[in-house]
This record gives sequence, C-alpha cells and structure tokens, in this order.
Amino acid sequence: MSAQNEIRLEHLDVWFGSGHARVDAVKDASFTVPRGDSFGLVGESGSGKSTILRAITGLAPSWSGNIAVQGKPLRGKARTKEFYAAVQMVFQDPYASLHPRQTIDHVLSEALHLHSFDRPDERIVQILDDVGLAQSFRFRYPHQLSGGQRQRVAIARALIIEPSILLLDEPTSALDVSVQAEILNLLTDLRAQRGLTFLMVSHDLAVVGHMCSRIAVMNLGAIVEMLNVADMRALKADHPYTRQLLDASVQRRRVG
Amino acid sequence: MSDPAPDTAAAADPAADKRSNRGGGPASSTSPPSAMAKQSWRDWLNDDAPKSRRQAKLAAWYRAWGELRANPMAMFGFYILVALVLIAWTAPLIAPHDPFDQDLAARLRPPGSAGYLLGSDSLGRDILSRLIYGSRITLYIVALVALLAPVVGLFVGTAAGYLGGWLDVVLMRITDIFLAFPRLILALAFVSALGAGIENAVLAIVLTAWPPYARIARAETLTIRNADYIHAIKLQGASALRIITRHIWPLCISSLVIRVTLDMAGIILTAAGLGFLGLGAQPPSPEWGAMISAGRKFILDHWWVATMPGLAIFTVSLAFNLLGDGLRDVLDPKKNSK
Repeated sequence: MSAQNEIRLEHLDVWFGSGHARVDAVKDASFTVPRGDSFGLVGESGSGKSTILRAITGLAPSWSGNIAVQGKPLRGKARTKEFYAAVQMVFQDPYASLHPRQTIDHVLSEALHLHSFDRPDERIVQILDDVGLAQSFRFRYPHQLSGGQRQRVAIARALIIEPSILLLDEPTSALDVSVQAEILNLLTDLRAQRGLTFLMVSHDLAVVGHMCSRIAVMNLGAIVEMLNVADMRALKADHPYTRQLLDASVQRRRVG
Repeated sequence: MSDPAPDTAAAADPAADKRSNRGGGPASSTSPPSAMAKQSWRDWLNDDAPKSRRQAKLAAWYRAWGELRANPMAMFGFYILVALVLIAWTAPLIAPHDPFDQDLAARLRPPGSAGYLLGSDSLGRDILSRLIYGSRITLYIVALVALLAPVVGLFVGTAAGYLGGWLDVVLMRITDIFLAFPRLILALAFVSALGAGIENAVLAIVLTAWPPYARIARAETLTIRNADYIHAIKLQGASALRIITRHIWPLCISSLVIRVTLDMAGIILTAAGLGFLGLGAQPPSPEWGAMISAGRKFILDHWWVATMPGLAIFTVSLAFNLLGDGLRDVLDPKKNSK
C-alpha cells in the first residue's frame, strides 16, 4: 500500500515586501506529509512555521516554489472550492478566530451552507457532541464562552465540512495547561476517528511530541532538521539548534 | 448484596425530587397571571443558554435595551424622539388649526393669546400647528437621509477597505473630493442645479453626507479584514461579496448607527439651512427652517415667529445627539469582542 502524499512542498520561499524592505520569512522549505500522517513544524517565534501554513492556504502575499495538496499544484493566492473542502485550519488565538457577533450555530450553519451539506441541524448537534460541547452552547455568542470552549468551536467549524487535512496553527498556545491537554487529546481522538492528516505548527516540543509522528525543526526561515518522534524522544539530533531546543525542553520538564 | 440497593435508591431519591420540582416549577409559574408570566418572559430573555436562533437574537437585543435604559440622558433623547414620531403620526388629530389656514386679522399674535398657544405668524397661521405638521417633513428628511447616506458610505467604504488595490485608491480619492467641499455650499450647488424642493434637498444632503460614512466603514474594515475570523470564513470558501456583506457589515454597522444619530442634528440643520435659504421646502409648506426664514423679517419686534421653530430644531437635534451618545456606549463593538 503506497501512501499518497496529501501535502507536498518543494523549495518553498515566502517573503513579505519588496526591494530593500523584503523580508524572507521562509527559505527553501521542502517536505511531504503522507495521507493519515501527523507532521509537526517546530521552531521559535518568527522562524516562519506559521507562514508555511499561510502560504498553503493562500493567505501569504507572495511565494515561489511548488505546493501540491492531494496531488493538485497550487498557484498564487486563489484556491478552488475543492481545496477549501479538503483543507481546513484551526487558528492560534481562539479569542480572535470567532466572529464576535455570530452565535456558534450561525458559524457552523454558514460553514455547512457554503459547502451545500444537507441536514444542517443533525450535523450541528453531532459535531458539538464530537468536540465535547454541550448542546446548550449552540446559540451562545463567543464572548459567553471560555478560551477552551472557543477553541472547541473553532475545531468544530473546521471539521463540520468533513475535510481530510487539518492545519493547526499552535492550537493550544493561547490556552492554559490543563485545557491544552484536553484540546490535544480531543484532536488526537478526532484524527483517529476520521483518518485526518495533520500539519501542526508549535513552539512546544512536548506538544508536537505528543501529537506528531514526524517533525521538522525550523530556524530563521529554514528547515534545519527532520526527525522522527522516536529520535526526538531519544534526544538523537544532529543539528546544534535542534539539540539546543531539546535541551531547553528537557530542562524545563525537570524544573517544572 | 442487599446493602448497596437501598443506598442507590436513597441516592436516586433526591434526584427524583429535583426532577419533579423542576417539572413542577414552570407549571406553577404559569398559573398566577401577569406578574409571574412577566418574570418568566424576562428569564427567557436573560437565559444564559438560549435554545433557538430567535431567542439568542432577542436576548442580545434585550440586553442592549437594558443597557440603554440605564443611561438617563439617552432615554431622555429617546423619549423626545418617540414623542416626535407620535406627534408627526397624529398631526391632524392634535393640531388645533389647519397649518395653511390664513387669518390676516389674527396675524403676529404673541404666544399665549387665545387660540394661539405659540403665537401666529405674519399671515395669521398658528405656529404650533405648523410646527406639528413640520415634524412630518423633518422626519421625512431625516429618515430618507438616514436610509440613503450610510448605505452608500457602507458600500463604498467596505468595498475599498476589503478589496484594496486600485479600487481603494479610486474610491477614496472620490471620497476626498466630496469631503473637500464645505457641506452646505455643495448642497447649495446641487439644489440649484436640480431645482428647489424637499426631494432635491434630501438628495443634495445625501450626496454631501456619505463621505464620512465611507471613511468610517473603510477604517473599520481595515482593522477587521486581517482578523482570524475573516481568514477563517475565507478558508471556508466564502466569496468576497459574502464576506463583506455578512461578516464585515455587521461589525461596521454599529459605528455607523452611532455616527448617523450624531449626524442627525447636522442633517436637520442642513435641511433647515436649505429651507432658510429658500432652496429646500417651498413657502406654504411648514418646514421648520423655512419658518425661521419667514420670521427673520420680524425678529426684532415679533421674536416668537423665528424662535419657536428654532426651539423645535434645537430640541430634536439635542435628542438625536443624546441618543447617539447612549447608543455609542451600547453598541461599541470593541466592548464585547474582548
């Protein structure tokens, strides 16, 4: 059984501005994510990991290289309806990713309407169950919810249209530690149930180690090393920057 | 084996009690008539976990209304405007005279004289009746401008802000050109080109009033367009038109509503100014600005002819300003978005 690549990046460059003001956010990044796999991008803030997600989703202003999703190459900032049906994203800050004037029901039914799903009521009830939200939350506004509940809504919004790829942009970094674990377990369960492919960005090695089978370490816009989770757990890293990250993570674990 | 059974039964009992209580609660609350029904109606609106779309929407309105009610100055303005609407609606019933009925024997009667509570003007027409009928014209102008100008501004501003690029440049330079003219002068130019009359005055006011709304809508759009929730809906595959009308407009509308109520005073004044200059409503019509204009000739000897419509304009402008100030507190989108 040959695993088909859901996401393939080749020599991706992303930059902001032009001329003297040009900032290269991502330099020559290449990796592939097979179907059903969970791939992590790790690095400190400003290392370009979120920018890769933005380039894939068409939110980055300018990029070059090749991006292919489910075998179909992407161009520029325009994306097809099939792309939006296959790829969804969960954003970093749950306080900023929900429209302040729309109820949860409104958010979810609009997603269903845009992709012309039938039986919206059943599906909304079902997805709220799936992400562990009580039905009483259905007609609430975002300001009536906590950060963890909002992130569950954001996950429900992404999953209700049944995508096959989920892009996760630091989905737990804005949440406190106990809620982080809940959201991560929820994501792991949903991935197992639905056979999703994850591309996850995080600055937290522990989170990525928990979620992903392979990780790419990024520094200053370039991928410096790729390793398996087994290697990471065994602290087997070649690149000095990766060692530094691993050491920092281990030390924090011991102090904490 | 037998021990746990009574335990669980005992544990189940309070739960059963609670359930029967809860079942009995609404039933007993429906039996006493109005007071309890009112109470449960309020509970329904304040419910923290609404059960339907309609309830969520009504509850949001109810909460905003509660906040507005807590502001006495805003409520003062609100009551004046409600009174204005009622007066305009029931004008034929409450006006003591026909507003066009001339009685040259009773011209320029001072306020308080028999049959003329606010006095009469130079043609012997009752000023109170004319003010009452004039409120219809004022509301007509205000409503038309309030419906047209912000909508034009909203279209232009959100399109420019969201789509950006050359469209933004073109639309905003047009806006700048309109903003560069003094408002009344531009309105004068339009009216003199289109001909005098209320409809043309409204059109002229709309044409001069939309640019500030476009500016506000664009500024709001620029702060919203890069928010994650706009990215999120874009990733759901929504079109630009849908994003602008369904997701950006609701967030712009509150600041526009505030601005419109605050501008209402200016709109009434501009309409009155055009009337005063003889370019708005035409003579027999009891428009307040035209009434001031007619009273100008007698202002030294018969002060009330110009003063009474002036007071009416002042009161209504003040009411709109007070209400606008209160609405700003209630509708401010930054307050709830956290």
